[in-house]
Amino acid sequence: MTKSNTNTIAPSKALTRGDLRADHPTWCPGCGDFAVLASYYKTLEKLQLPHENIVTLAGIGCSSRFPYFVNTHGGHFIHGRAVPFASGVSLSRDDLHVFVFGGDGDGFSIGGNHLEHGARKNINLTYVIMDNFVYGLTKKQTSPTSPIGFKSKTDPFGAVDRPINPMKKLVYSGATFVARTHATQVKHMGEMYERAIAHKGFSVIEILSECVEFYPGAFDDSTPRKGGEFRIIEEKTNDGTPEDEKRHDVTDEAAAYKLASLEWPGLFGVFYEKDRPSKNELESNIVQRAREKNNGLSDLEILEKTFSLLA
Amino acid sequence: MSEEIINDVVIRLAGNSQDGIQTIGGFLARLAGRSAQDVITYMTIPSTISGGPSIFQVHMGSGEVLSAGDTADFLVAFYQHSYEEHIDSLKEKGVLIYDTDNVEPDLQDKRFIYVGVSITGLTIEAVGGTGKSKGKNIFVLGLLTRVFNLKVAKLRNLIQERFSNKGEDVLRNALLAFDAGYSYPADNVLNRYYQFEISQKDDGHPQVTMDGNQALTLGLITAGVRYGAGYPITPWSTIMEMLRSELPKYGGTFVQAEDELAAVSLALGMAYAGHLSVTGSSGPGLSLKMEALGWAVMAELPLIVINIQRGGPSTGLPTNVEQSDLMQAIYGSHGDTPRIVLAPQNVEDCYYIALEAAHYARKYSTPVFILSDQALATRIEAYDKPELAEHFVDPKIDFTPKTADFLPYTIDKPTQRHAAPGTIMQGGKYPVVTGLEHDEAGHPTANPQLHMKMVAKRRDKIKRLATELPKPDIYGDKEGDILLIGWGSTWGPLREAVIDSRKNGDKIGHLHLRHLNPMPNGLERVFSRYRQIFVIEMNDEGLYGFGQLATLLRARYANPSIRSITKTDGLTYKIREILNGIQSLRSDAVSTFSSYPNS
Repeated sequence: MTKSNTNTIAPSKALTRGDLRADHPTWCPGCGDFAVLASYYKTLEKLQLPHENIVTLAGIGCSSRFPYFVNTHGGHFIHGRAVPFASGVSLSRDDLHVFVFGGDGDGFSIGGNHLEHGARKNINLTYVIMDNFVYGLTKKQTSPTSPIGFKSKTDPFGAVDRPINPMKKLVYSGATFVARTHATQVKHMGEMYERAIAHKGFSVIEILSECVEFYPGAFDDSTPRKGGEFRIIEEKTNDGTPEDEKRHDVTDEAAAYKLASLEWPGLFGVFYEKDRPSKNELESNIVQRAREKNNGLSDLEILEKTFSLLA
Repeated sequence: MSEEIINDVVIRLAGNSQDGIQTIGGFLARLAGRSAQDVITYMTIPSTISGGPSIFQVHMGSGEVLSAGDTADFLVAFYQHSYEEHIDSLKEKGVLIYDTDNVEPDLQDKRFIYVGVSITGLTIEAVGGTGKSKGKNIFVLGLLTRVFNLKVAKLRNLIQERFSNKGEDVLRNALLAFDAGYSYPADNVLNRYYQFEISQKDDGHPQVTMDGNQALTLGLITAGVRYGAGYPITPWSTIMEMLRSELPKYGGTFVQAEDELAAVSLALGMAYAGHLSVTGSSGPGLSLKMEALGWAVMAELPLIVINIQRGGPSTGLPTNVEQSDLMQAIYGSHGDTPRIVLAPQNVEDCYYIALEAAHYARKYSTPVFILSDQALATRIEAYDKPELAEHFVDPKIDFTPKTADFLPYTIDKPTQRHAAPGTIMQGGKYPVVTGLEHDEAGHPTANPQLHMKMVAKRRDKIKRLATELPKPDIYGDKEGDILLIGWGSTWGPLREAVIDSRKNGDKIGHLHLRHLNPMPNGLERVFSRYRQIFVIEMNDEGLYGFGQLATLLRARYANPSIRSITKTDGLTYKIREILNGIQSLRSDAVSTFSSYPNS
């Protein structure tokens, strides 16, 4: 917002995947999260964002170990509160590229309310949710996205609670970029990353990322090499053809909601994308108006003025 | 008609909260501030949504005013319930001004002087007879102005400042009501007017008049705090409201979060981003923040945490005062999470404690608690305008590139600063700020030796602060029979209690702790100079007979002459209560453990 908040020192050299690698991931062999991490490296390398201005943040969970495996400024916060933490970073530092990583428990359960408010406020950041339908770090308990009937240590008779629908939740909450992809679909995942980063506002990607240890086979229905079908949303191109009529309008909230209601495993791609001023912009406007009102006064003079009203 | 010269006066205004008695109380306080007088106010607000009985007490004087006053010289009663509820707070020979349209006092009670005025009727008459009695408060202000020979021009200015943006009608009616009150022939019923003696305080230094929450807020802004987040809760809310409107002027912002957890998390995000940020709350809100505050200790990020204490536990007494969150501030998070805890002693100190808190938070890169309370938050005092230019901090993030040997969590340099994002790491390795136990580079580790070292490091940096704290200052006798120890808003009443006791020949001193964790070093030498040590607090004596600060002092100094005077009625200490507490403890100095069962 103010100049002093922004680092203006220019970067020295091109950013490579090698620069971005940090500790070797502690995930189980075969975990879907490895692909999500590789895709993040690749996307950052492609976009050539200034290395020191990339921020990788997370809450708690297997996938929330992300910041240790990425060599950028990182923050490993507490369970469920990664979104408000990242919001504080984003709102006070417009020069940074803020990324949040986490899982279904962190994002939809303990942090569910924060997700809604981050979306509603349209905070400028990108949030990647690795959804594996199970609590892995604590070794197989039911998660908010576990399907009914899923047997876990906390539901030995099978889960009975209706799982949440992430796409619906995100769309109604007001997220301005909502997409769904799959950790085995590297190309598609990369596209979603790029579009989410290009979007100004609260952009969220749900990535189905299999937990090979506690919920193997969860996403076979949408994994072609396991006999499933990975079906991509066809978006409107506005080419005037009759086929285009049937395609999905990403700015249509009701249509997004309808797509999100399709039977499992549903579709992948961008469900919703809309331009709406981010809180970052709106707050900047408030600052600008307040600055104009006190035109020419230094900060100390503004404070003197406030004290004079209390004399 | 005679004029009596007075040094100070306590006026209690009793009505309903919608009558605007806070408004005229505020006018009187501000007038006192502008007249180089000292002033302290006291108010109660009902926790109901709208309306309900409410009082505003103003103690103004030409000398030093230390408390809002145990009893009133003047009581203004707007309603029968106001009269019945508060007549016993009036001093003998005190003056009751009552609205004859609503109050029928017991005129046979010869303790008081009765001044009946048709406040409602005359106000309606003055503002044009609409049948509405809005403006009664301003009428009373006019009346008091006449009785105390206050500065009419200054008060008319204050009324203009307050009402000019509310429309011409509102301002005109206010001035009409004021004039009607001022011209009321009070000498028909009162046999004298009053005149304040020339203020001793008039040293030409301009005064400012505000409540504790305003002073805290302005302290934060002066100290360079530009970002923060909070969630509304009484009596903290007025701080976040003021920050929300003030911070954008300085290029910052204050975010209203969806809950207390998000509020502290947002503030920590701002801290991570390189700012000194603030969050705060009251009562239940602090309980909710505790997990994240433990993270701040572990991650070693600076943060100012304000607690405007109210009556607890749970939802408790939202609009009453208590000092029962001291242990929570020091120990409230899970694990060993040492942190700095400060407490302002009066409204002026709310400003200066904010400056101190900011300094320590930056220097030690750690959360700093400010324990204010409901009484300080809402009471108005006049104090010397601070030297703003001297204290003003223009905050800048340090983006100096970090060399290859940079470690975010060095053990031997306890005040190492956080490398804010945007900082180039010349060695190519970027740090992770974390709540997992970590090595010096920030990597997670459960190495037992390292955990011990890191726990010790986080503790030692807080201990180090103790060495730079000012030596505790004793008021009254520097040695003698009794030392009174207090913290927070009890400062004024304790000081008055010491003044009173010394008049009676007691050898007594007063030590007020502004730094509660760490405490200043050298207290044992102070303690050794007194026979008995009484710690006065607004909290419960607990299972073992000691209030929270008393418990800490006994734990640290193992000194059995440290004992406790506590209360939990949700009201500020009266001088009389302190004196009674001293009387009852001093007579049984030996039976130190009398309150412990089976001893």
